[in-house]
Amino acid sequence: MQKRAVFNHRFLPFVLLAPQIAITVIFFYWPAFQALWQSFLLQDAFGLSTDFVWFENYVYLFSDPIYYEVIWTTLVFSALVAIISLSSGLLLASMADKPLRAAGVYRTLLIWPYAVAPAVAGVLWLFMLHPSLGMVARGIKALGFSWNPLLDGTDAMTMVVLAAAWKQISYNFLFFLAGLAAIPRSVIEAAAIDGARSTRRFWTIVFPLLTPTAFFLLVVNIVYAFFDTFGVIDAMTQGGPAQATTTLVYKVYADGRLGGDLGGSAAQSVILMMIVIALTSIQFRYIERKVNY
Amino acid sequence: MVERKSIGNVIPHVILWIGIAIVAFPVYLAFIGSTHDAATIANGQMPPTPGPYFFENYYRTIFVGTSMTTREPIGTMIINSFVMAIGIAVGKISISIISAYAIVYFRFPFRMWFFWVIFVTLMLPVEVRIYPTYKVAADLNLLDTYAGLILPLIASATATLLFRQFFMTVPDELVEASRIDGAGPIRFFWDTLLPLSRTNIAALFVIMFIYGWTQYLWPLLITTRDDMQTLIIGIKKMIVTSDALTEWQVVMCTVMLAMLPPVFVVIAMQRLFVRGLIESEK
Repeated sequence: MQKRAVFNHRFLPFVLLAPQIAITVIFFYWPAFQALWQSFLLQDAFGLSTDFVWFENYVYLFSDPIYYEVIWTTLVFSALVAIISLSSGLLLASMADKPLRAAGVYRTLLIWPYAVAPAVAGVLWLFMLHPSLGMVARGIKALGFSWNPLLDGTDAMTMVVLAAAWKQISYNFLFFLAGLAAIPRSVIEAAAIDGARSTRRFWTIVFPLLTPTAFFLLVVNIVYAFFDTFGVIDAMTQGGPAQATTTLVYKVYADGRLGGDLGGSAAQSVILMMIVIALTSIQFRYIERKVNY
Repeated sequence: MVERKSIGNVIPHVILWIGIAIVAFPVYLAFIGSTHDAATIANGQMPPTPGPYFFENYYRTIFVGTSMTTREPIGTMIINSFVMAIGIAVGKISISIISAYAIVYFRFPFRMWFFWVIFVTLMLPVEVRIYPTYKVAADLNLLDTYAGLILPLIASATATLLFRQFFMTVPDELVEASRIDGAGPIRFFWDTLLPLSRTNIAALFVIMFIYGWTQYLWPLLITTRDDMQTLIIGIKKMIVTSDALTEWQVVMCTVMLAMLPPVFVVIAMQRLFVRGLIESEK
């Protein structure tokens, strides 16, 4: 990973590295270490004394049925967001990959939601699905369905999933498009000559060749659903109603802010860190060249 | 194409246009919402066509603000968002291009150790260490400052890895040639490496600008004063649970204005954006 021709200089490399190392240590390692340390501490109700309690915060967390509910909510939410946004992205990409007129126009018209902030995506969808003023909510009710995401947990979950998945489609679309473009035409043509129809060609040739891209995107989408969707949830439901849309990240935020339970919040942070580390390692281990473009 | 069939050519177009319509519909409704008055929206009878209040609503949003919730014109928020987004983009690119330069082009003790120190940060987004980071920022008196908004978010390895990867593809002969010309490491960086990195810098700038502009949780915690809020935080504060107080027409104007800069960047600099997105995930 190093060049043949390199400079030898006593202190210049350290000067060049100093800003990044300083920021990384101050705003990354120190807080991460603090979270780890605090997760072993227990503060009394008045904040007067702090005891080192080993794994008590973790034991308490995992004996709390609410925490399991939140884990389940997070899994359902992430799975739905990933499935909806991956399948829509793949469908649109496989259509746009055909040699169409105006393929560039389609791409432009499909990629811009990437630039929409998650919180703004939440507000956009809330405006459509708000039980009293949303235009789409009006339509749902006109069809005879009951719809109140402010009171009903399932409706609320549907709403945040739609908003979060909507924002992620453009990202998946772009990466699938890049993945499709990398598949050699000759392979597809050979299958066509053998008489395989378009659908069959897709499932037997194109899709298997896309699996590295799909797997990479799956991990990215799960990370997105775990962490980046905080804005979506906070703008739409604040984790409610009755914690129906509280994900792990949202709980860390809510517990630390409202409850002031620093040890418990820190323990949750540490668990989240371990989840991210696990996901990232999977990505690095099993996806050598993530995208073949 | 492999085979020619008239029906086979129509279906992709239809599916793509349906996709585009679904993707664009929420934004269309937001635009419609920004052209009606509060009463029309609040009673749930907003028509699917633009109303007559376009200029009035946008004027109020930018120069007056909502009358019930935030009471602030969004002018300062726009400036704050730009400072934050550009600050993050410039900051991240500057610190990581020089650290990648050090790691690739110099031989010094603990080189790999430094590389790993930076590399590990790839894994943890700011969301998982939010309160301890908040405490560090508070201890350093960074609450309600631009530095507090920007610095913690540039502690990440993506840009460094990208530049490292690019530097590895730059032919060694260039270093040797500039050495023969008597150039030292700093001259080589300015005169050769930086101009070569132009496209990478631009692509990364686009991605980082969007990243900075769309931040939510961190600015929400670190800003308490109204004049330090970003646009995205402002939108959230305009919406209150009591429906009667939320002025949806102003919210929708702000939403439109908050989407405009990053969406414009994506569309206007599409090639750089796609390149930056794909490269930074490699």
